[in-house]
Amino acid sequence: MHPWLSALLGGVLIGAAATLLLLLNGRVAGISGIISGLTQASRREEWTWRAAFVAGLMIAGGVAMHWLGQTNGSPASVPFLIGAGLLVGFGTRLGGGCTSGHGVCGLGRLSKRSLVAVLVFMGVAVITVFVVRHVAGAAP
Amino acid sequence: MKRVLAALFAGALFGLGLAVSRMSDPNVVLAFLDVFGRFDPSLAFVMAGAVGTTLIGFRLASQRQRPLFADDFQLPTSRVIDAPLLVGAAIFGVGWGLAGYCPGPALVALGGGIDSALVFVPAMIIGSLIQRYGFSARM
Repeated sequence: MHPWLSALLGGVLIGAAATLLLLLNGRVAGISGIISGLTQASRREEWTWRAAFVAGLMIAGGVAMHWLGQTNGSPASVPFLIGAGLLVGFGTRLGGGCTSGHGVCGLGRLSKRSLVAVLVFMGVAVITVFVVRHVAGAAP
Repeated sequence: MKRVLAALFAGALFGLGLAVSRMSDPNVVLAFLDVFGRFDPSLAFVMAGAVGTTLIGFRLASQRQRPLFADDFQLPTSRVIDAPLLVGAAIFGVGWGLAGYCPGPALVALGGGIDSALVFVPAMIIGSLIQRYGFSARM
């Protein structure tokens, strides 16, 4: 399959998953928020659906990536992976969402707040990659 | 029980979508973000497919009085564009650009036993805890 077609198909699956979670359970599929909810005291029912969502995501996604032969990790070194992880965890919680919450769900709800967040994190990520690859000259 | 199974199914579908779209490969993500280098536009199609679907799906779902398995829709109510939103999104962007992982794909890669996700995901959870217990009160 052409990479653009599999990208489009994968995107439709992601959008369908977010729609199902809203239609069935009335909840937004913002992944940073769902993970964060797992480390927070809440009603048992609220904890359980989040754990089930994360389990489904990790198991189905983890199996599918092997099945599709996509087992590449990040090119970043361990210290950078730790730093990046800290920044992603901190930033998504401070900003109230990530690519799924602000991107897939927020844009689907025509939220101006989410549109601003998406433009900022996309723009900053593009600048970061530019600095790493073309200014600092790290391997692509 | 229905709610838990629905969440499990939605999570599985989401994870499958991330793998099929190759979002779970940080190299593909970084190539998309490398606008001034070897740019690979694939991920624009992921966003188009996902947002195109939620634009229609959310509209249809919200025509109902309540969701099928729960009492109410719980949607974000905040509309303000404030400093935490902008600063948080910018910090997230730096981390995303450094590693090529955002939270969903990182969890998929962790499920797949990928080494870099074994490092990234615990750090990400620690980062969210630092925000919650260390900084949220001050901002």
